[in-house]
Amino acid sequence: MSNVHKSFYDETHTVFGHHKNKILQWIFSIDHKRIALLYLFVMFAFFAVAVSTALVMRLELFSPGQDFIDPDTYNQAFTLHGVIMIFLFIIPGIPAVLGNFLLPLQLGARDVSFPKINLLSWWLYMLGALLAVTSLFIGDGFADTGWTFYAPYSIKTDTNVIWALSAAFILGFASILTGINFVVTIHRLRAPGMGFFKMPLFVWSLYATSWIQILATPVVGISLIMVILERTFGIGIFDPTKGGDPVLLEHMFWIYSHPAVYLMILPAFGIASEIVPTFCRKPIFGYHAIAISSAMIAGVGYLVWGHHMYTSGESEMIKLIFSALTFFVAVPTGVKFFDWIATMYKASIDFKTPMLWTVGTFITFIIGGLTGLIVASVGVDIYLHDTYFVVAHFHYAILGGVVFLMFAGMHYWFPKITGKMYNEKHAARAFYTIFIGFNLLWFPMFIAGMLGMPRRYFDYLPEFEIWHKLATIGSWVFALGLIYMFYTLYRGWRYGELAGPNPWNATTLEWQIPSPPQLPNFGEIPYVDYMPYEYKNGEPVRHLDLSVKEDKPHE
Amino acid sequence: MSNASSTEPEIVYDKQGNPHEVIDFNNDYEGAKLGFWLFIFTEIMIFGAMFLVFGFYLFQFSPDFIAASEGLNRVLGGTNTFILLLSALSMGLSLVKLRNGKIDESKKFIWITIILATIFLTIKYFEWSHEIHIGIYPGSPTLDALSDGTKLFFGLYFTMTGLHGLHIIIGIGVMFWVLALINSGKITSTNFVVLENTALYWDLVHLVWVFVFPLFYLIY
Ligand code: HEM
Ligand SMILES: [Cu+2]
Repeated sequence: MSNVHKSFYDETHTVFGHHKNKILQWIFSIDHKRIALLYLFVMFAFFAVAVSTALVMRLELFSPGQDFIDPDTYNQAFTLHGVIMIFLFIIPGIPAVLGNFLLPLQLGARDVSFPKINLLSWWLYMLGALLAVTSLFIGDGFADTGWTFYAPYSIKTDTNVIWALSAAFILGFASILTGINFVVTIHRLRAPGMGFFKMPLFVWSLYATSWIQILATPVVGISLIMVILERTFGIGIFDPTKGGDPVLLEHMFWIYSHPAVYLMILPAFGIASEIVPTFCRKPIFGYHAIAISSAMIAGVGYLVWGHHMYTSGESEMIKLIFSALTFFVAVPTGVKFFDWIATMYKASIDFKTPMLWTVGTFITFIIGGLTGLIVASVGVDIYLHDTYFVVAHFHYAILGGVVFLMFAGMHYWFPKITGKMYNEKHAARAFYTIFIGFNLLWFPMFIAGMLGMPRRYFDYLPEFEIWHKLATIGSWVFALGLIYMFYTLYRGWRYGELAGPNPWNATTLEWQIPSPPQLPNFGEIPYVDYMPYEYKNGEPVRHLDLSVKEDKPHE
Repeated sequence: MSNASSTEPEIVYDKQGNPHEVIDFNNDYEGAKLGFWLFIFTEIMIFGAMFLVFGFYLFQFSPDFIAASEGLNRVLGGTNTFILLLSALSMGLSLVKLRNGKIDESKKFIWITIILATIFLTIKYFEWSHEIHIGIYPGSPTLDALSDGTKLFFGLYFTMTGLHGLHIIIGIGVMFWVLALINSGKITSTNFVVLENTALYWDLVHLVWVFVFPLFYLIY
């Protein structure tokens, strides 16, 4: 029945049998590759909304005083921006899109363990998204609490906090289901012969990420539910007028939300670990160290949430412990960086666009990471807390780390996903535009923050004006770069040259099958008793052809 | 794909020519179990977080909590504990019967579990309505006039027993679904992982109550 030339774009499995309608064939598809693309489109639609909101905020901040949005709208704008970026874009982010697409391919599996639950996750994600969008248009509009929902303000404000909370809860549930799916897939569906220490490093990073999703998300889920109950019934748990303790909510929030930042960055590191050996044409340095350090980051990351609360009332002792543990997380992160740099050492590096993005990220993420250590120091943070220094720090880490590496991954796997190649020259120029715009946008904010510019303000004193002007101009360059990049990718998808199965001479299994992949992924599953990145004299040691052949149809 | 591979497993050979079976994800008993255990972990994290919150306030307001606990009906609470215990037993028996091929008896025990769960909910309903009747529910004027510890005790009481009750309701729904699957031959004496996972879930629901009961009813 299966035709060799057909890709997963031409045929699919759906949950309710057959559909004539093309759209139904997508939104009910249980093929991991299609689900990945479903996520991709919705996620980037939301990314566009959140970026636009941010551009409006930056425009308001261009000069001091109220220009064209009022303070309340500004509060709703940064909440909307934060909620979308965090819960709808970057947390599902890499796992839901690239993870879904690649995990089975890299493992040599035909799908994830629970394809139907995979589809259910996407539907839940859509439901959460729908709730968030609806709340924009009813009653007093979107929540204005900030994405952190701190009590008691989140109990008192008239805006639609319950909607935003329910959305976050449902999105969390979707994320848990994805996590469970991935852990089981990794345990059960590795190709025969592939032990844990023969898995590609992207898979390792997804493994650590999934455990965080499973163990941390429920805690924030129940906290959000308690805030909802607080608002509807007044159960009193976080309400100081009833003896409740609002700081308790901060603890429960950060017990999830700090690990959540590793949930964002670990898969991004996984992408870097794939790209670096491919473009250096050599085996990665310190494979085991990188694999284990993901698990270490995930583990220690659990114990550091208190560094968000130095100013909320913690004992001196606890502050020091949280501070020390936070410093400790930098160790496994440093291990990864040294391994990547050691891999690049004396290699003849091919600076194709994915590698450009990766190396660019090394610069921005190191700034983001090292400023993280600055705000992790108790004394310094008492001063820097709630200033733009913190905002610049996490944009350097999340935007300049996670999102940049996601872009790296999108360029790297673009030929695999679409079967076409984008224009290298334009893609590289788009990178430079974004890179310059990004630094112009966020570097001045470190300075403004150190001078005392507080975050979440729609107005500022005249002495901060120069820094805000630079940042706003940076935001335009950045936005233009984004448009340029997406347009280049779009043109590649429509008009690009055929890429062939393995345009980068990469070694992992997803490159040994046609681009775009066929519905069952592999014809014959390979026996994998070798390491994922084996190069000799700059050439991959193995070239396999694992496509579905005509004479041996899988079905 | 699934049909072909469920009849004959896919085999690959290593360099020495030894055969290795490729696991079929559509038909993976261990995977289904593992996945459900992970789900149970998340439930434990949820209830665990609630218990921590409870502990946190119990330390702060011990006298109030102890006084408030005395107002709960221990006879009804104790009866419910016993009923859930019985239901966990009958759930387990239904699994045993199924695996021994006694489909009808298995179904009978599921029905018994459903009935016991319904009795549990009914008793819970009477407890709640009694408390609401005497004006004790979150945000009520009566409760707001009482001490902070009492407010928190009942806030937690309604939240946690409510969350637990919700799990019971979901459990009943799942059991009806399981019955339908047995009737349509999707759960059989050799393909029983859905019932096994349901039993696991029910054990969790029972276990949570074993903690909820003493914490709320017996701390006086
Ligand atoms: C596209 C470029 C972006 C621009 C121009 C931008 C700009 C801003 C601005 C102006 C604020 C408000 C700062 C304040 O008033 O305190 C903000 C806050 C925030 N941004 Fe971005 N941002 C961008 C991308 C991102 C990305 C990619 C993420 C995460 C994935 C992100 C996450 C956040 C969060 C979590 C907040 C805090 C919201 C809050 O205070 O509740 N941003 N951003
Ligand atoms: Cu943190």
